[in-house]
Amino acid sequence: MVERQSPLEPAYHPGSHGNFEHGVDVILSETRPGSILQLAAWPGEEKRLIDAIRKVTGLALPDGAGGGVSNGGRAAFGFAPGKFTVVDEAEGLASAFAGVITPDIGTVTDLSHGRTAIRIAGPKAEWVMAKFFAIDFALPAFPLGAGRSTNHHDVFAQIQRSGADQFDIYVFRSFARSFWKALCHASEEVGYEVH
Amino acid sequence: MLITCPYCGPRDVIEFTYQGDGNRERPQPVSQDLDAWNAYVYDRLNPAGDHNEIWQHSGGCRAHLRVVRNTVTHEILSTAFARGGHKSAGHRTEGKP
Ligand SMILES: [Zn+2]
Repeated sequence: MVERQSPLEPAYHPGSHGNFEHGVDVILSETRPGSILQLAAWPGEEKRLIDAIRKVTGLALPDGAGGGVSNGGRAAFGFAPGKFTVVDEAEGLASAFAGVITPDIGTVTDLSHGRTAIRIAGPKAEWVMAKFFAIDFALPAFPLGAGRSTNHHDVFAQIQRSGADQFDIYVFRSFARSFWKALCHASEEVGYEVH
Repeated sequence: MLITCPYCGPRDVIEFTYQGDGNRERPQPVSQDLDAWNAYVYDRLNPAGDHNEIWQHSGGCRAHLRVVRNTVTHEILSTAFARGGHKSAGHRTEGKP
């Protein structure tokens, strides 16, 4: 198997940074999932697609726009009408969906090499995210597991809340290092650690 | 200015792209009705008031929306998915459809 390279590599410096003398308030990491898929249902086929996601991954998506769920190793969330991002720490998820999402239900697009997954966690995660994106990160407005599509200076981002104080951000791989550097700068004031 | 996307909720206008007047009706591609094509390309109601518009949430879910916006106050009166036709949300009170 070919080793997958990280686009963050030259800018990825494990350890404590910024104003950490008074405590580390966010932890930044690259989660490097093996599979990142985009599933899209034809109009009217959304329920069958959601059933297929449950069948293949065991993840039961809640109803409603931007609804999602994550269980550590796997995650899924809606990011647009009838469209879902599905992530697995293992490779090969696209082939698991191949026979299940038939052409009359919708499409499967394998973005595993096209997106980079960045995790921000800690008591100041909401604070740092709010400096980047003009959306409400408070827990009642952005519940656990939910997904949001937005962007930061034209860098498109899909964000999932994977914990009470934890977010997973999926960005285009070609913009990932630039976004990562910006995220590090924005985290300096609160003190951050790269894992 | 905030536009409430039916999928994403209220978002800053910077996430949206204006796709033009929502009152236009494109003739069939094979149509040779020059008046109809002329109207599609050039005729605009240009109201000072409520206006049917097509917007795309290009910096979010990327859905196309029909939006009724007041061109005087910039108030957004309604938003809906454009899928399924864009005529039904009209608040317009004058002019030809
Ligand atoms: Zn939207």
